[in-house]
Amino acid sequence: MYRIRFHGRGGQGMKTASRILGAAFFLEGFEVQDAPRYGAERRGAPIFAFVRADRSPILERGVIPNPDLVMVADDTLVGMPQAGVLQGLNAHAVLAIHSTTPAGEWRQRLNTDARIVILPPLFDLLDAAQRVRVSAVIAGAAACLTGRVGRDTLSQAVRTELADLTNTVIKDNINKALQAYDEMNEFKGIAEPQPRTDTPLPTGWITLGLDPATLAAPAIHAAANSVQVRTGLWRTLRPVFDYSHCNRCNWVCGSFCPDGVVSADENGWPRIDYDHCKGCMVCVAQCPKHAIQGMPEGWAAQQTMPTPPSPDRKEAAP
Amino acid sequence: MTQRTLITGNGAAAWGARLAGAEYMPVFPITPQTEIIETLGDWIGKGEMGGRMVTLESEHSMITAAGAGAATGVRVFTATSSQGLLYGMEMLYTVAGWRVPLVLVNVSRGLSAPITLEPDHNDILAARDSGCLQIHAATCQEVVDAILIAYRVAEDARVRLPAIVNLDGFYLSFTREPVWLPDASKVAQFLPDMDPDEFAFRADKPVSAAVAVLGGGPYSYFRYQTHLAALGAVEVFEEACVEYDRVFGRSYAPVMAHRLDDAEIVFVMMGSFATKAMDAVDRLRAQGVKAGLARPLLLRPWPQDAIRKALTGRKAVVVVDQNLSMGFGGVLRGEVASALYGQADAPGALLGYVGGLGGRDITFAEFAEMAREAETAAAGGEAPPTRLLYTQAELREVRNLQTLAHAQGLTPGGEGRS
Repeated sequence: MYRIRFHGRGGQGMKTASRILGAAFFLEGFEVQDAPRYGAERRGAPIFAFVRADRSPILERGVIPNPDLVMVADDTLVGMPQAGVLQGLNAHAVLAIHSTTPAGEWRQRLNTDARIVILPPLFDLLDAAQRVRVSAVIAGAAACLTGRVGRDTLSQAVRTELADLTNTVIKDNINKALQAYDEMNEFKGIAEPQPRTDTPLPTGWITLGLDPATLAAPAIHAAANSVQVRTGLWRTLRPVFDYSHCNRCNWVCGSFCPDGVVSADENGWPRIDYDHCKGCMVCVAQCPKHAIQGMPEGWAAQQTMPTPPSPDRKEAAP
Repeated sequence: MTQRTLITGNGAAAWGARLAGAEYMPVFPITPQTEIIETLGDWIGKGEMGGRMVTLESEHSMITAAGAGAATGVRVFTATSSQGLLYGMEMLYTVAGWRVPLVLVNVSRGLSAPITLEPDHNDILAARDSGCLQIHAATCQEVVDAILIAYRVAEDARVRLPAIVNLDGFYLSFTREPVWLPDASKVAQFLPDMDPDEFAFRADKPVSAAVAVLGGGPYSYFRYQTHLAALGAVEVFEEACVEYDRVFGRSYAPVMAHRLDDAEIVFVMMGSFATKAMDAVDRLRAQGVKAGLARPLLLRPWPQDAIRKALTGRKAVVVVDQNLSMGFGGVLRGEVASALYGQADAPGALLGYVGGLGGRDITFAEFAEMAREAETAAAGGEAPPTRLLYTQAELREVRNLQTLAHAQGLTPGGEGRS
């Protein structure tokens, strides 16, 4: 049985990617199970989806703890423990990352035995209109890595899964899926089902005893603890100020911000708490001076953020 | 529509309602059920499906509307989950007493508190004594098939009770599997239009339904009539299964058997997690363990005879309950024990485990260990107390959470006071 996990962020189409691959396997005569796992159910939050494909009916259910292949659409998730990208990877598994960083560097960074394959971005990551195709790209690459799905089947699967969209969009996605498929050609078929061990393992069972109710009630004994949830990790786009155009009417961006993360410094320059900004881009849409731009998070994280202009500058910008 | 298609459990539920020709659909959204009513709404909006959908302001109103709609003689479909089923519970018991047929799909999700999204069966089991029939699907295929069977049984003049079809959240609701969608013309053959003439009220035939009775005598009569109708529904269900097999070629029974013929150790489980048990049975068989699975498809009415037939004469029976009756243990184990007590060839041991709460996985290693404990218990003639499937690693995770939460009562070593 093939066991494949897709990791991405809410909105990046991991459910669609898993469905394209699932449909492709199904068209190739496999029994299939595909499912998303929504997690926080919020755009930008880590989500994963999975596909099982086998020649006989599938009785296994639920998340895949030991995958043969892990596809990562967003490389900022790889190092994020909450995303669980590296969970259950062994030397047999293949980790395919959609990234500009070379495999050697990932190998150094990550403590994993898995074989690492890099899927170079097939489009300009800064171009928002192009990013929507990432699900087709990831599915196409995965199809090739399994070696069990032909190009024609892949095209047909994309067509089936995107049937509600216009023909132009479907064709465009088919092209991207095929391009990713061809891009992976040198690694075709390297992801293989790993044999399942039926050797009885220790269960690790314990007998759960009674705890005092003060301990056993599901309560957090602290005020304002939601601030510790760094929802900024959900961001795929980062709002960035162009202070040369900002007229410090910060009540506009600040009032419209649904998460209350825009504040003004003592000179009236707006600041964003990037630990909690979810990247919804409402401020970008509302700014009357168009002085806020949405930049891809992966790119922005490597830039120095602009600071308010002097003489009003009193401290370093976040 | 006779080809095999990849479809989610929620999609299969919507198809069940569509193929049954549901005419009235009072609805209210709740995760993980909402996709069902979204799908139906989409079809109705596009004109692909007839009927009328109404969004109510709560599940309580929704179930009231469902019962009232059914009382007018139209085919009613509705769906909910978890807290929603509990919120509508008063009316669930009430509409069963009205003796009206309808189908409600419940997408199982663990109950609050603490709140969660993933499945176990405490929500649906809270409806166990309501008078509604209860069918537990284990696959997406079974969801659509069970809905059609449920309508036929619920509408049968010998039964006329609401029926609930249960499917597990996430494990079925959002999971696509290959499904044979029944052919619409064959559905018409299996499930003809409801003939409501004898009970539906109309303007020219007014009825005061569900009146009050004072005194235990009349009350006992009406309540016991509901019970008798439910008991008789086992046979009606069996008849419907035979007919379903004849029309669609898929065979069902009140208790589904997997490798039971010569089984010595028999697992008993309901719902989608039972496929994990099927997998474990196959793997244990490969190791020479004579394991099998008996899966109640029908929980209410309780198929006592089929349960006895499946479980008597075995070395040991292992009930894995994906629910927890606080202060008692697993509900299904209690039901199974009641069916086996006093039977001449009752199994050598009856073991109870509680697992899969809130979607917690059950591993092959755990099934193998349960089978081993069953062998030991059968040899010694004594079953160990009910065990929660729970590991040291899981407790460690909870201790970490409790530390983060500044929970009182943790000892410095990180262990509780137990």
